[in-house]
Amino acid sequence: MPQFLLELFSEEIPARMQEAATADLARLARDGLAQAGLAFDEPRAFAGPRRLALVVEGLPVAQADRVEEKKGPRVGAPDAALAGFLRSTGVAREALIERDGAWFAVQARQGQPTAEILARLTESLVGRFPWPKSMTWGTGKLRWVRPLHSLVCVFDRKIVPVELAGVRVGDISEGHRFMGPRRPFRARDFDEYREALAGHFVVLGAPERKRRILEGSRTLCALRGLELIEDAGLLDEIAGMVEWPVPIVGDMDPRFLALPPEVVRTSMRVHQRYFAVRNAEGGAMAPHFVCVTNIETADDGALIAAGNARVLSARLDDARFFWEEDLKTPLEARLETLKGVTFHARLGTLFQRVERIEALARRLALLVGADPELAARAARLAKADLATGMVAEFPELQGVMGGYYAAAQGEVEAVAEAVRDHYKPQGPSDSVPTAPVTVAVALADKLDTLVGFFSIGEAPTGSRDPFALRRAALGVIRILFDNGVRASAAHLASLADATGSDQAGAVAAFFADRLKVALRDQGRRHDLVDAVFALGDDDLVRLAARIEALGAFLAAEDGANLLAGSKRAANILAAEARKGPLPDGEPVRSADPAEEGALYDALAAARPLIDAALEREDFVGAMRALASLRSPVDAFFDKVLVNAEDSEVRANRLRLLTAVQREMNKIANFSAIAG
Amino acid sequence: MTASRSLSFQDLILDLHAFWSAQGCVILQPYDVEMGAGTLHPATVLRALGRKPWRAAYVQPSRRPSDGRYGENPNRLRSFHQYQVILKPNPPDMQALYLASLEAVGIDPTLHDIRFVEDDWENPTVGAWGLGWEVWCDGMEISQYTYFQQVGGLDVSPVSGELTYGLERVALYVQGVDRVYDLAFNDPQSPDFKTYGEVFLENEREFSAYELEVADVAVLKRHFEDMEREVPRLLAARGRQGQPLVLPAYDHVLKASHLFNLMDARGSIAVAERQSYIGRIRDLCKACAQAWVALEEAAA
Repeated sequence: MPQFLLELFSEEIPARMQEAATADLARLARDGLAQAGLAFDEPRAFAGPRRLALVVEGLPVAQADRVEEKKGPRVGAPDAALAGFLRSTGVAREALIERDGAWFAVQARQGQPTAEILARLTESLVGRFPWPKSMTWGTGKLRWVRPLHSLVCVFDRKIVPVELAGVRVGDISEGHRFMGPRRPFRARDFDEYREALAGHFVVLGAPERKRRILEGSRTLCALRGLELIEDAGLLDEIAGMVEWPVPIVGDMDPRFLALPPEVVRTSMRVHQRYFAVRNAEGGAMAPHFVCVTNIETADDGALIAAGNARVLSARLDDARFFWEEDLKTPLEARLETLKGVTFHARLGTLFQRVERIEALARRLALLVGADPELAARAARLAKADLATGMVAEFPELQGVMGGYYAAAQGEVEAVAEAVRDHYKPQGPSDSVPTAPVTVAVALADKLDTLVGFFSIGEAPTGSRDPFALRRAALGVIRILFDNGVRASAAHLASLADATGSDQAGAVAAFFADRLKVALRDQGRRHDLVDAVFALGDDDLVRLAARIEALGAFLAAEDGANLLAGSKRAANILAAEARKGPLPDGEPVRSADPAEEGALYDALAAARPLIDAALEREDFVGAMRALASLRSPVDAFFDKVLVNAEDSEVRANRLRLLTAVQREMNKIANFSAIAG
Repeated sequence: MTASRSLSFQDLILDLHAFWSAQGCVILQPYDVEMGAGTLHPATVLRALGRKPWRAAYVQPSRRPSDGRYGENPNRLRSFHQYQVILKPNPPDMQALYLASLEAVGIDPTLHDIRFVEDDWENPTVGAWGLGWEVWCDGMEISQYTYFQQVGGLDVSPVSGELTYGLERVALYVQGVDRVYDLAFNDPQSPDFKTYGEVFLENEREFSAYELEVADVAVLKRHFEDMEREVPRLLAARGRQGQPLVLPAYDHVLKASHLFNLMDARGSIAVAERQSYIGRIRDLCKACAQAWVALEEAAA
């Protein structure tokens, strides 16, 4: 079957846009071909620094012929309407077909050649390609991410007649700028294309470039007794910056090992896109780096390695300057500077925020088993590094630098650690602090953020969450869970609500909401989450334990049956409630029939067990006690007619069912559970 | 160390002049008003507007008062030199021309790692932005390469391609030197050899003190306000051919911009005021841009 090959050859495409461009190219091709009614195999797309490419196999040479039917005016419509329809369709009056009281024009359409369709598809694809940012160049009007120079556009080994002003269309492309023949080449199909690229030192696909970078870097490191410090984000970016990846190892002046390793690594990554390396044995950072170049040179990259090493030295000289300057000023002295830095126009300065966090951390300390003085001290210093030169240069080192500076000025370890880690967890893959002082400061930091932004009406809405409040709330939840911190969400929020803005309830509800989302994301059934939330408890740790136990209970046979019994009871009670108020009071024991007495006894036996288990927060135990009701409930519904003639008998049976419901509702709102 | 021959600082400029002159550029002299970047030269900002083709190259000393380090930092200067090229419309082979210019100053692209790394350029004080790259040579940024999309708040068509070489950076690289003051300014074999330090170190020392400590903030502020008043007055005035005085008005925009940079370096601009100052300068620049385009359209 004929094949379509498209290459869009341009000036350097930003690395961060290439992955999405690959997906967009395949999607636009798929949609366009499907719309044209063509059969095709799944399109394959590729992106690199100077080109996007697409190959589609399995296309027919032409669209199938088809019959097109168009509905016209109803029979008996004014002549003018009919005349208009005939004009627009080009069909003769006699050829119209009458059906269901209307006229239809039926026309045989000859299928277009696929090449024609591909030409129009390519033009429209270029015209509406969803680049995050695009531009015009020269005197043209065409938009692309950077100037677009040429297209390889061939179908079935023939050039597709695409018309794009100022862009050369044909079967010619170019390879690497500086390696190989440095001449254009021709390609009429994907095999020729890929082969030509290889001969012109271009690796077409990002996965293959990444593989070469990783394997090449690991091999180089192994030869020198080093180990690559892998970084997936950096690898993605580098793979978008080189057509012919050639890793080389460069040397770093060992003096810089005296700097915090995070500083060296960040400087390498952010400024230079180098991988850091460590010693294979021992694991300490080694005075080298891996730089992925785009070229093989006659001197095996010696000049390039030396040049990069010099640039890195200049960068690290800067970093060392910041480090040494920063160490000259105690962290407390930085608080003065924070007085001049606005945190948010309506939430005051960073200094005011520090004061709030300090007071809050002191209070939270009791709750999490931390020394209140240490928690307050750590909170006071936690934001001081925002005024240091190093954090101004590398904002991503906030916290980390504060930890170093705190340790350097002799703060106790728990304080330095809390300063360092109080931003954690910063994302789903980040670790959760467990040291008590850190826990207190980390909670205080996030609670102040949440309550503050809620109080000025900046709660997240829809997809808008500019202050990352969802992440903050999830951070609080994870800290509470991982440390088993027991507190009501409303209480936590009210501790943080220094101004009495009355947002504690809203923040607590937000926590509940985030917990629901988190539990659902972990695969918990959302009806179980709702059933437990309906109890109104807002101790998040307890809520989660309840949901966990409930899930296990319902998965077992007793639980499932009891749920069915509970639904039946609920239906009966609801039907009765529509007739009039349900009888109040407690049921009495009646042994007629025996099943009614048995349920009464079972309930009486289970109640203290359930209460005791709940008291211990042993939800599994509570469910086990509840499970003992399963067979008496089943038997009751089997043998006992609730709606008895005698109104006293009926009332007692309703009271009994109500009592069963009451016990079950201590554990969850079973009516919210799907069953 | 890195090139087949080691160009002096001035040879670098002369070679770039020769290269771009051969590409049909007019070789201009630095503009005689203080500015923070070569882009602000009227030969770029104003000529990038309108439809007329234009090719120019020039050196522009660029003043960044906040970067003053009293001559004590090996790489950071409060005044440095940019080599600026503007090609309007950008020719289709502009990247190839740029790479050829690197070869012309001794950077062999088969021995070095030349990369075009995304960098979208924006200058909010003149309401300008474009897309392009910073160009890396062995990990060092040696140039900015931009396709202008907007200048003075106006969309541009045709599009100009702009190249900015950081001359000190390129010279450090080509000469294999680590400290800017050690650069050979002229030929080391010449009878009166001078280093960059011998030519400019004293300037760095004195101007750092002036710009960071001594400049009178009240005077700067008053001058800024004078410039701000002058721009609309000059645009409203008419020359002998009936035109608004766009070029003199634009000089006053440049002066306002430099005065702002000085006030900023003196630490006298509060964070909250910054945006407002930048907005005021941008408005002045926009007014000049609009007048310039109107003038060209009227002449057409």
